[in-house]
Amino acid sequence: MTSRSPAALVSTVVLAVVLLAAAVQVQAARERAYPPGEASEDTLYIRSGSALRRLSGAYNGLFADMYWIRAVQYYGGLKLQLDARGAQPGMLEPPAAIAADAFPALYPLLDITTTLDPRFNIAYRFGSVFLAEAYPRGANRPDLAIALLEKGLRESPDKWQYMQDIAFVYYWFQHDYLSASRWFQKAADVPGAPWFLRSLAATTLEQGGDRQSSKAMWTMILQTAEVDWMRKDAQRRLLQLQALDVIDALQRAVTDYSQRTGTRADWPALIGARVLRGVPLDPTGVPFTLSDGRVQLSRSSTLWPPPEEPSARGSATP
Amino acid sequence: MRATAAIAISVFRESVRDKVFYNLVLFSLLMIGSSFLIGQLTAGQDVKIIKDLGLAATSMFGLFLSVFIGIGLVSKEVERRSIYSLIAKPITRAQLVLGKYCGLALTLAANMAVMAVALYAVLAYLAWGVPESTRAVWDAPALDPALMKAMLLIFAELMLVIALALFFSTFSSPMLSAALTFGLYVVGHFSGDLRNFQQVVDSPVAAAFARGLYWVLPNLAQFDVKSDVVHGVSVPAGYMALTGVYAATYIAMLLAIASLVFSRRDFK
Repeated sequence: MTSRSPAALVSTVVLAVVLLAAAVQVQAARERAYPPGEASEDTLYIRSGSALRRLSGAYNGLFADMYWIRAVQYYGGLKLQLDARGAQPGMLEPPAAIAADAFPALYPLLDITTTLDPRFNIAYRFGSVFLAEAYPRGANRPDLAIALLEKGLRESPDKWQYMQDIAFVYYWFQHDYLSASRWFQKAADVPGAPWFLRSLAATTLEQGGDRQSSKAMWTMILQTAEVDWMRKDAQRRLLQLQALDVIDALQRAVTDYSQRTGTRADWPALIGARVLRGVPLDPTGVPFTLSDGRVQLSRSSTLWPPPEEPSARGSATP
Repeated sequence: MRATAAIAISVFRESVRDKVFYNLVLFSLLMIGSSFLIGQLTAGQDVKIIKDLGLAATSMFGLFLSVFIGIGLVSKEVERRSIYSLIAKPITRAQLVLGKYCGLALTLAANMAVMAVALYAVLAYLAWGVPESTRAVWDAPALDPALMKAMLLIFAELMLVIALALFFSTFSSPMLSAALTFGLYVVGHFSGDLRNFQQVVDSPVAAAFARGLYWVLPNLAQFDVKSDVVHGVSVPAGYMALTGVYAATYIAMLLAIASLVFSRRDFK
């Protein structure tokens, strides 16, 4: 059998496959005996975007993409973990310290991404949402969301979308309607910006914080969303607001029933009294809960937690 | 002229025989694999990321090809002693250098042409079936002809890198030639730092020296318009033309020196 014969070829291939399979088995055995450590997602060996920009030379764009993918994976992975933790009873409300720093590496990752590629539009827009969202859906850091968007504006001063996003963060997460109105106005003043920004600026100033203006804002975001993810988020927000309308109506019925009968209301009692036809469902089809006379979204609903609705208008200045 | 063309074609054939084009298979696999994976890994921006990846891979693969083949163009002939039969022929040493250079440039051009087609094919696949509303928010269309501007400047940059590699290979060992070429490639991308050196040092002499280096060393940063093109920022024709002329002038200078050094080299 010479080294060029077909038999030699077959035996070499078989030997290679067997050896590879053996190597895989040995590795698996080693991992069972000595489990490898968990990779730490929030380890950032280089925290300086400027240093990375220099190191990446002619490949800034590619490095920015890698950091963007890392930011998305980090956010998504951690959110899944938090969701899983939140699904356990008693774990939904996090300790304040955890809630304030639930995504510690998120801002550095986004900062590096946008330093490597200062025109990375979606990193500013998505990133600000990830940062501003309340725990457990986000980092609960609207201040950093605004800082990120302002960084984007320094690079592209005419980007009305970033101004609109800043206004949105002030409106929705900071409840600072005066600042929100000012940023909507700034965005509206940019040539080429859509007409509705001007009316949003006026509505926010006049009726900031009321549910109707929130609905108008989310409807506008739904109509102008650039990507599917933003569209779905806007749809979810609108469903939440719709659920709040239903909760208000149900709460009135519950209070009325309790006052009339002098008893604490529950769903079977209300159905029995023909106040309701059945257990009321939220827009996603999950039953509302009624405990201690209060109608609420179920914690198992995808609409949980409901948006915070301030009773008084904020007035902090930017 | 005919002798130069004959040498160039022979270099091209040799690179085909050396299976240089296998890198295209790797490039295609990288692009196709990425187009499937990127969508799973990130939220939006698939087209931007594929453009970044395609242009960066074109530049990187081209760089390795230029350096590792460029440094061997002359030294291999010397090592194999085939240089004796070559210089015995009725061709000048300058023709030999120029022919070798053109041959590798031809190989690089063929490589990059295939890579460009592969990149456009992957982008066409990604853009296929995407609704108009989504396309409207892309910084630039998926099949943006402006991508060719970035490709052209990458090609011009790599032509300069080949000239550098060939220049070094006329008087030094392959290892040293590779190190020097890569070194100049890196320095060439930091030219902005050399230009603004006075901002970080107090010494006017050091600042003047750095500024002198800025003008003398090849400025490769100007060939990098990948980010502009990906974000749909216009690259003016005047910029393209001036950068192209800079590359041609610098290459001519390097080839002239390389020919001179090579013609004075003693092969006894």
